[in-house]
Amino acid sequence: MLGPSGCGKTTLLNLIAGLIAPSAGTLAWWGGDFAATGTPGRRLGFVFQAPTLMPWARVAANVRLPLDLARVERSIGSREAAAALALVGLSDFAADLPRELSGGMQMRVSIARALALKPNLLLMDEPFGALDEFTRQRLDTELLGLWAGEQLTIVFVTHSIYEAVFLSTRVAVMGARPGRVIAEIAVDEPYPRSDAFRVSTKFAQICQHLSALVADAGAATRSQTIVPR
Amino acid sequence: MNENDAPSRALRYVAPALIAAALLVAWQALVTYYAVPSYIVPAPSVVWRALVADRALLADSLEVTLGIALTALAIATIVGTAIALVFVQSRWIEMSLFPYAVLLQVTPIVAIAPLIIIWVKDTRAALVLCAVVVAIFPIISNTTLGLRSVDHGLLNLFRMCRASRWQILMRLRIPSALPYFFGGLRIASGLSLIGAVVAEFVAGTGGAGAGLAYQILLAGMQLNVPRLFAALFLIAASGVVLFAATVALSRVALARWHESETTPAG
Repeated sequence: MLGPSGCGKTTLLNLIAGLIAPSAGTLAWWGGDFAATGTPGRRLGFVFQAPTLMPWARVAANVRLPLDLARVERSIGSREAAAALALVGLSDFAADLPRELSGGMQMRVSIARALALKPNLLLMDEPFGALDEFTRQRLDTELLGLWAGEQLTIVFVTHSIYEAVFLSTRVAVMGARPGRVIAEIAVDEPYPRSDAFRVSTKFAQICQHLSALVADAGAATRSQTIVPR
Repeated sequence: MNENDAPSRALRYVAPALIAAALLVAWQALVTYYAVPSYIVPAPSVVWRALVADRALLADSLEVTLGIALTALAIATIVGTAIALVFVQSRWIEMSLFPYAVLLQVTPIVAIAPLIIIWVKDTRAALVLCAVVVAIFPIISNTTLGLRSVDHGLLNLFRMCRASRWQILMRLRIPSALPYFFGGLRIASGLSLIGAVVAEFVAGTGGAGAGLAYQILLAGMQLNVPRLFAALFLIAASGVVLFAATVALSRVALARWHESETTPAG
């Protein structure tokens, strides 16, 4: 999901996560009514804009939190949490406190926590937006590696065109007021994608195309706000 | 932080001690130089002699006053935390009852102490109750604030995981409230001592259960000013010790993770 600030990307994720109820319409997931609670196999992971870790709990306990809340037996929970931590390459930091880690590492802990429940749908809300460009690129590449190894769908919200193109199979461009999808394009670059893709002509062309779409969305928004009622 | 511009650990204790020594020397010198009679301002050496001479009497009184203050602090902590836990259950409860907690705080204890002493038969219990009334407010208000000051993202995460009210309270609200709670405890420790002393002044009970406040009253009437100063010194010293104890307690509880304890003091 790509779009300017305030177009409702986060609202959409909150809808999918069930934090807010839709005022109209339904949420459908693989053909089933999503809003119906207790849908079997509905396992969600959520990664926020900030790491959102419990500062008083060690890394391992932070990752185990969703399992604890679901009342998974402690020994099983610890094993699953350790596995999730290994996926993001932070096994050596299980006994650390969040404040002892860098921003990028805290974000990886946050991803491990989301993966601990083995979700089949992972929602990510501009997770790397606050990080520097180098860390962001490295984490994007890591994320693709994780995604390739797991059976899961990721809905990734970003306002970076480059990030959207590098990660996505499909990019949906959102416009504001009313928040809606104004364009959807497929990125037909096979996975695994390497850093070479970032500097290819194809990458540049898709980015340019998306830039124009996003600019249109912005222009549409502006003209709408000017028109008197 | 640079080690050079941060005062060293030793200096943090040595500097206040030097100030105290300088003040004592100046005090002694001025009293001696102007030949001030000891029933107006006694010299530190005279106060010290009174402290040593009356040590049995003063120790008994100190025990009484400290006992009242500590009992009151314990009750204020338990009851105050319980009230805060009730307050955060709903905005309605908090809105309806919080003004009465404020009322408790803004009413001067000297004004209600006589009533409490009339109503409660056992004097010691009455004194403890007065000190509780004084000390409980910071615990209630800080702990309530802390239980509400939960990271919004974490709260969303807990809700998304369908956490129960109990899980949110135990795993999120209480840990988040700890720094606030200890801030309240710090203030309450001093207030419990003030409450104990003020209440005893009002009650004016002597005999076997006389505390330091009564010794001050009595010494004042008898113009035994050195003993008055000695009692005053003991009250001040107990206050400092109580405060230091709560600081140490919060350091033990929060040192691992909270900013207030992890950043070196400047």
